[in-house]
Amino acid sequence: MLMPKPEGEILAQRLGLLDDLRAIVPGEGVIADLTALRAYESDGLSAYRQVPMAVVLPDRVDQVAAIMQLCDRRRIKVVPRGAGTSLSGGALPLEDGIILGLGKFNKILEIDYENRAVRVQPGVTNLGISQAVDGEGFYYAPDPSSQIACSIGGNVAENAGGVHCLKYGVTTNNLLGLEMVLLSGEIIRLGGKHLDSGGYDIMGLLTGSEGLLGVVTEITVRILKKPETARALLIGFPSSEQAGDCVGKVIGGGIIPGGMEMMDRAAIHASEEFCHAGYPLEAEALLIVELDGPAREVDHLIEQVGAIATACGSTSLRISETEAERTAFWAGRKAAFPAIGRISPDYMCMDGTIPRNRLPEVLKRMRELSEHHGLRVANVFHAGDGNLHPLILFDANAGELETAEEFGADILRLCVEVGGVLTGEHGVGVEKRDLMGEVFTEEDLAQQQRVKCAFDPNGRLNPGKVFPVLHRCAELGQMVVHQGQMPFPDLPRF
Amino acid sequence: MPIDPKPEDLQPSDAAQVADVLAWAAAGKKTVELVGAGSKSALGRPVETDYRLHLSALEGVNLYEPEELVLRAGAGTPLGQIQAMLAQQNQQLAFEPPDFGELYGHAREQTIGGVLAANLAGPRRIKAGAARDHFLGLEAVSGRGAAFKSGGRVVKNVTGYDLCKLMAGSFGTLAALTEVTVKVLPAPEKIRTVLLFGQDDRAAIAAMSQAACSPHEVSALTHLPKAIAARSAVGYVNGAGRAVTAVRVEGPAPSVVHRAEALRRLWGGKGNMEELHAHNSNTLWREVGNVASLLPDADAVIWKLSVTPSMGSEVMAAALVTGGAGYYDWAGGLLWLALPVGNDSGDGGGDGGAGLVRASLGGDGHATLMRGGVELRRRVDVFQPTAAPLAALSARIKASFDPHGILNPGRMHGTY
Repeated sequence: MLMPKPEGEILAQRLGLLDDLRAIVPGEGVIADLTALRAYESDGLSAYRQVPMAVVLPDRVDQVAAIMQLCDRRRIKVVPRGAGTSLSGGALPLEDGIILGLGKFNKILEIDYENRAVRVQPGVTNLGISQAVDGEGFYYAPDPSSQIACSIGGNVAENAGGVHCLKYGVTTNNLLGLEMVLLSGEIIRLGGKHLDSGGYDIMGLLTGSEGLLGVVTEITVRILKKPETARALLIGFPSSEQAGDCVGKVIGGGIIPGGMEMMDRAAIHASEEFCHAGYPLEAEALLIVELDGPAREVDHLIEQVGAIATACGSTSLRISETEAERTAFWAGRKAAFPAIGRISPDYMCMDGTIPRNRLPEVLKRMRELSEHHGLRVANVFHAGDGNLHPLILFDANAGELETAEEFGADILRLCVEVGGVLTGEHGVGVEKRDLMGEVFTEEDLAQQQRVKCAFDPNGRLNPGKVFPVLHRCAELGQMVVHQGQMPFPDLPRF
Repeated sequence: MPIDPKPEDLQPSDAAQVADVLAWAAAGKKTVELVGAGSKSALGRPVETDYRLHLSALEGVNLYEPEELVLRAGAGTPLGQIQAMLAQQNQQLAFEPPDFGELYGHAREQTIGGVLAANLAGPRRIKAGAARDHFLGLEAVSGRGAAFKSGGRVVKNVTGYDLCKLMAGSFGTLAALTEVTVKVLPAPEKIRTVLLFGQDDRAAIAAMSQAACSPHEVSALTHLPKAIAARSAVGYVNGAGRAVTAVRVEGPAPSVVHRAEALRRLWGGKGNMEELHAHNSNTLWREVGNVASLLPDADAVIWKLSVTPSMGSEVMAAALVTGGAGYYDWAGGLLWLALPVGNDSGDGGGDGGAGLVRASLGGDGHATLMRGGVELRRRVDVFQPTAAPLAALSARIKASFDPHGILNPGRMHGTY
């Protein structure tokens, strides 16, 4: 992975920069020691590592603004970092840049049940929000699998999802307000506890922008009352076609489950060996369908989903009768990643999204790719929303990393070919950066980068991520001029 | 040089022609008003341009897969055509787009592109989100005359910036939408509305908050003060002779019946209650979303305020201190106000209540002038003014799509 060439002029400023940073954030808030810096050299995508020039850990918004202004003036690159759980290298440091860590912004500022809103600092964990309001029976809906560790600020940067997003939406659908700091040091407040602020939806643009536009310093999220009850079905199918057919018929029948997960044979076996959840080993595909809501509704829909599954040729079907049983159904799915880790020295988690009905074809071609590359693959699939997580099994010590990366890139190209996208919830980061051309034209990417220029005209905020080729803003702004006559003189006029 | 009395109308037949025309217009710095069906042309600041570009020929649904919950159509496709298609499969646009035909005094049909560009949503907003939450993908032509796309046809997608969000609510000031992809959802099997009578505004806000904080998955909450309730076409509402607070539940039949009962228990002791079934429910919520028939005075200036729900009754009282009428949607978070300003829609001078309405917000939330005469909309801020750094950022975003400011210039703000 080629990162932007470090700029010698910037590296030469290191000592002066450290003094300036220490003037803004005193004491231990500036990290410059090489051993300590190593803790920040990578994020959840550990294949890539880079020690930054410095790490700065402010705890007030005015400090963030001063740091941004300083870096803008000195042309220092800034990489924002939350909990560092990114799976796409979004928080990968740059040799000639600093890490701006938001870990000290870890306070819940306000809980407002009456308006169903919670105002937090970005370093609060995703699960921390739900735990804070659990006592009153509320929760925050998006639940990425890293929710115990990942920060809400990082969730905003990546537009994180989770298993419940078909029914409850992803991060962007659950935000009410943001405060962010631009590289210029300007502090911008968007939204609040009300809905749909007029003007451009900059909050929507920021969500999923991977730390390239601004640093989020405060977030207001919407909370929901916990559903009265939840029950799950565990359904085995002899083929992924039949399982896919069942998913389509459930949704086509007007049922939106709280969660709908699919696992293929390889994932079923790995999970079952690991945690003995009682998964059907003879099945080619396993569906977990969870219905949540009022008890009367859940009981009613469980029967309907069961009937659809039977009609689609399910070979095993269990319905949870107790909360313990429901949790057991999920145990295997939730342990799928570590279970794969147990049977392979290394694995790589991909994150494409496809139109649901293309699943059987995608799985078939993935098996062919698996043979071609000589690496095993197991699949877990957010079946409700088409988000596919193929886990590629490899051994880095046997020199298989490069092959695994090629296999992964082939899978993502396949997702795009069938009408899907490169990433559903992990972000582009550095990992998928060079595949952006598979999805977007040069103009598509140029327009996105022009939007970045509106926030960061000098390209100092998290450069080298998301966009395969960096252009200067002046170059992007140039227009090719077509002078002359109005085209299509025969265009209808009236 | 002769001055054109009115802009010239152009109607490209496909996206490529839109790109050609806008590239030409950008090169010559000709200004262009984008028009779908023109149903919301009176919403926003008045726009004066050299040309008017009609996008109604970009019409037709070119992908609809009910089991995939996705629909793709030309931006100029009439909303009614899409809704009829969805209804055949028991599906819907869950954000409940309102129809402002009566509000603006015409019978023009909306286009899907126009609905998205205005980011409108009806009473179900509190549960299902706004238009922006259902906008999955787009193809568009920027003010540079360059075609670009964003998003896709899947609900979970973080591949590149989410320009659909930026386009939703941009009122055609950034780009001309040519094709859009939206998420569709199952229509509910059953609908019930529970009516609670005789609450004053403050008590109604508390009751609505109580329902919104319940696990009963309510899909709409409104409060109609006595004089507004009397204007409804629904007998139980207009005949109440009192204020009416209403909550809607939707879903599978046994669940809806159960939840309506649960809500009646929740509100028990507050006042008399009644229940509406499907037909009356649909009439009432259509009235709440479409606004015009519930508000008195066909010439009144109409404001829409989005506020912190618990602040609703205080803001309403402050905004109506010199007269007028109003009601609440979105559990108290949305206020619709009709302010009497004579019989000229505010054109005769004054600010159409802008100063009073915006002061009543107390620094929180935002107010949009939804209906007012041309002169009034030229004179006052139609959209809520923002702090200087945000206004400057918005202007830079506008310039990143439309460097010469040719698209709908000034529709939202003096500089974007």
